Amino acid sequence: MVEVALRHRFDHPGAWRSSRRDGFTLDVAFAAPPRGVTALFGPSGCGKSTILAAVAGLLRPQSGRVALDGAVLLDTAAGICLPPERRRCGVVFQDARLFPHLSVETNLRYGLRRAPRDAEGPGFEEVVALLGIGHLLARRPAGLSGGERQRVALGRALLARPRLLLMDEPLAALDAARRTEVLPFLARLRDAARQPILYVTHALEEVDALADHLVLLEAGRVLAEGAATEIAARTDLPLASRRDAGVLLDCTVLAAPGGGLARLGFPGGELVTTLHPGAPGTRLRVRLRARDVAVAVAEPHGISTQNVLRATLATITPAGEPLEVFLRLDVGPSQVLARITRDSLERLALRPGMPVWALVKAVTFDHRVAAAAAAPP
Amino acid sequence: MTLGLAAEEWQAVRLSLEVATRSVAVSLVPAIAIAWLLARGRFPGRMLLDALVHLPLVVPPVVVGWGLLMLFGIRGPIGAPLHDWFGIRLVFTTEGAALATAVMSFPLIVRAVRLGLEAVDPGLEAAARTLGAGPIDRFLTVTLPLMSPGILAGTVTAFAAGLGEFGAVITFVSNIPGETQTLPLAIYSATQTAGGEATAARLAGISFALAVAGLLLAELLARRMHRWLGRA
Repeated sequence: MVEVALRHRFDHPGAWRSSRRDGFTLDVAFAAPPRGVTALFGPSGCGKSTILAAVAGLLRPQSGRVALDGAVLLDTAAGICLPPERRRCGVVFQDARLFPHLSVETNLRYGLRRAPRDAEGPGFEEVVALLGIGHLLARRPAGLSGGERQRVALGRALLARPRLLLMDEPLAALDAARRTEVLPFLARLRDAARQPILYVTHALEEVDALADHLVLLEAGRVLAEGAATEIAARTDLPLASRRDAGVLLDCTVLAAPGGGLARLGFPGGELVTTLHPGAPGTRLRVRLRARDVAVAVAEPHGISTQNVLRATLATITPAGEPLEVFLRLDVGPSQVLARITRDSLERLALRPGMPVWALVKAVTFDHRVAAAAAAPP
Repeated sequence: MTLGLAAEEWQAVRLSLEVATRSVAVSLVPAIAIAWLLARGRFPGRMLLDALVHLPLVVPPVVVGWGLLMLFGIRGPIGAPLHDWFGIRLVFTTEGAALATAVMSFPLIVRAVRLGLEAVDPGLEAAARTLGAGPIDRFLTVTLPLMSPGILAGTVTAFAAGLGEFGAVITFVSNIPGETQTLPLAIYSATQTAGGEATAARLAGISFALAVAGLLLAELLARRMHRWLGRA
């Protein structure tokens, strides 16, 4: 359990010295579960990296408290502020920050050599294998690609045997191709890590792929926090106004014939998709965008749409846009959001409690909206 | 191999190298400490310290030599206890020449080291902290290696300047062949002696050669070091 409460106001009293952050106030409190990834998600400048720096001890907030499984790292009221080197928070920085004068192997062992003897964690060989960096050990950081550098940085942080892993937009400095290269390693690391992970990002696809818990931030404040799937399904948050707003479904691959359509199972139904999600049994999380879901009041026939899910209309909520509404549909125990026009709402005389059919095209899933799922809790 | 140099001329060359080496040896560690204070320290009097360190650059060398004579003379406030309690005498000795040279070249070495230190990305030191490295640990394993190009530059500059220090040396420790007569002092003496033109020319040539060799060596080492640090 990671408890974080921080208050910090950026300002310099002297008028001759001012910064972009002047007058910005950070005032947040949240708790992260003891295992899995807690994503701090919000637009640039919302204070999420500042939170991470304060947890790591690299920034001293004016007031606040940070505790990790009951161990206090910071408590300004009690005058406690452990230096970063005694907090045992492994940090993965956006810019990797590998030591340029040391080989990859020495970089990896830097934290390991300084970890307490009784600290438990995966061994050197195990981490090297997990991140696929065995062939890089003798090299210098300057000779690595951006993606390789970030993988080494992940290993270095993990090998320091931290009690908490902090990741500050670890993929933001990479191009799309490199991100796709590193993301699976992040997922593997998340599954292997025995400590909680705080993951700062402004990319929703990383949240979808990695986050179990989500803290939504805006302008230095917490808008919402909770399970990532629950937050994604809410229509009262700024997330809902995004074009890719929609629910996250944790799926298991039922069948994936070579050259054919794959079938994904989720609690309450199945989806047919053109994705190539991996072998049967693979778990993955799919973002089902609300604007990709259509609704019919009678079971449709003679249409190309592959997924016709029997559902019950639960609620109707405004969608921000005056002409549109969100429909929350119960599909078995799962929920699906559909975004339709008010015109359709009236034309079909939709009311909560009505049985409906949710229509989802098999081609609507692309790799951007699907990602390796979180490990089962 | 005498290169046509007389024994006392060789002596001047050897003495110059010895004085320059010893001056760098004594000033390197304090220079790194002062450079660190000036670059990273936040304390009252930082600007004063900065000015004090740079004084030898602007004060006439003869004045620096005179100041050393006042302080470290046998009856000076530092020289007297050194002499009475430890039997150390600096005036008119090679050690004194090294001290005068060290004081004169100190600002050069501090400036270079400070530039080297300011080129170190504080983010890397922060990374070392999060990996469990305490202050001394991270200074030795991260900061010091990364600032080594600055230390190298400072060392070479101070060494080269130390070979040629004249005013402070001659004022503090006089011009004693075999004891304090370094290359520039020997050249000066030769120009003051009838028929010394050839000696002066030879010694000047050696001074020039040493300076060029120093520059080339520094360049070579700097390239290697940058490659070692992964900066192309």
